[in-house]
Amino acid sequence: MEILNSILPELIRIVICAVCGAVIVFGNALVMGYAERKLAGHFMLRPGPMEVGFHGIIQLVVDGLKLMGKQLVVPAKADKPLFMLAPILAFAPVFIPLLVIPFSDKLQGFDLDVGLLLILAVASINVLAILIGGWGSNNKYSLFGAFRSVAQNVAYEIPMLISLLAIVFMTNTFSLREIAAAQSPVWFVILQPLAFLIYIVAMVAETNRAPFDLPEAESELTAGFHTEYSGMSFSLFVLGEYANMFIVCSIATVFFLGGDSGIPLPYFEYSGAIWFLAKVYALMFFLVWIRWTYPRTRFDQLMNFCWKYLIPFSLVNLLITVVMVKLI
Amino acid sequence: MIVYKYIAEILFYAFMILTFMGGFMAVRSKMLMHAVLGLAVSLFGVAGLYFHLGSPFLAMMQILIYVGAVCIMIVLGVMLGNTPDQLAVKNFSGRNTLLALLACATGFFTLFVAIGQTKFVPAAERIGDMSIRFVGENLLFKYCLAFELISVVLLTAIIGAIILARGGREEVAK
Repeated sequence: MEILNSILPELIRIVICAVCGAVIVFGNALVMGYAERKLAGHFMLRPGPMEVGFHGIIQLVVDGLKLMGKQLVVPAKADKPLFMLAPILAFAPVFIPLLVIPFSDKLQGFDLDVGLLLILAVASINVLAILIGGWGSNNKYSLFGAFRSVAQNVAYEIPMLISLLAIVFMTNTFSLREIAAAQSPVWFVILQPLAFLIYIVAMVAETNRAPFDLPEAESELTAGFHTEYSGMSFSLFVLGEYANMFIVCSIATVFFLGGDSGIPLPYFEYSGAIWFLAKVYALMFFLVWIRWTYPRTRFDQLMNFCWKYLIPFSLVNLLITVVMVKLI
Repeated sequence: MIVYKYIAEILFYAFMILTFMGGFMAVRSKMLMHAVLGLAVSLFGVAGLYFHLGSPFLAMMQILIYVGAVCIMIVLGVMLGNTPDQLAVKNFSGRNTLLALLACATGFFTLFVAIGQTKFVPAAERIGDMSIRFVGENLLFKYCLAFELISVVLLTAIIGAIILARGGREEVAK
């Protein structure tokens, strides 16, 4: 009994964290899936999903059921274990970063000293999953999609990291909670506008979304690295993509938009979390907005833009930040 | 509190088994891609061991550098050269065996001697200070040599990826 009492609080905490993580991942995918289709429709002057429920509100639930019922097709010449492993590897790690994101000063799974590093380390597994899936499908479209994805992700990780590093130098910590708390008078978006711009561009490229969705450019590569996937294995990739969107937008909120700061709502202890989610979903709306507004870039333009503009500018920004931190 | 000790012990053995299984897969697998992924699993196990030893920073760096950079580099190299229906060439013969044995023996005895001569002191209480200043000073002064040696590993990975991919896909087409 004594043993149970000693580990029970921690056990309950872990279970709550896991359940909340699952709720966020699946709830976010439902909301964003619906919002993306509806918004895409309205940007193109058409109504979007309308038939299932009021204004198509349960369309995504029905879609999910359909995907679960579909047959999982494995191509005859594919590497079967790797082919099946890739979607799991793309989806499973997205739960880990959610543990360290500070939704408000009281709502956080674990406050890790190296929270930022944890998120970046887990993000690198996603690239590996795309590579395995693209290679395991044994299909030239998948292979090209995977190649593009890794070239793009490796390149855009650099300006992303350097722009975040400027903030880390200013706050002198890797802990996401302390970074969010450090901007109580002024948000870092005002102090570091260049870093914010660079991060936003790199964020779109890291999540493989238009105008930088070269890995799955449907006009050239059918569907890129997930050409051969069907049913649930396809939807695991999509769930992973929406969860990754949520994670990168959360990092942007923590680093640049003041985390959970905002006008406290009356009679509600966790008003910070409401503000946090509002900022995250505003950024997600921005992602959807540019996806359906701008045409796809060419691949050489994409790589040139990263290596010739984003990386030099982020380095200059870092240099200026370091000098300013030393002087002040 | 004793329960935590048991959990930590179980985790230690789990990470150890993961490391060994990954290593075994890397050596014995018939396909080059599976071997690389075995290596990734093994490196994950090592990251877990670092975590168990109370250094989350090192564990994160292990995943970021080895799994995120080295493994992706090698996987990319293998992708260029191999298709899934192609088995790796068996090259355990003659001179190769000798060279492999030599390399293994060198590594083993270097580590053996080093471990034998080290006096292990129990790790002090984990330093709570994880500020950038602390990490930077330690990396650039106290552990400068180790930090610089890591870049040699990256160079080796690049060369290895080139050697593995050198054959190219042309042979498959013939």
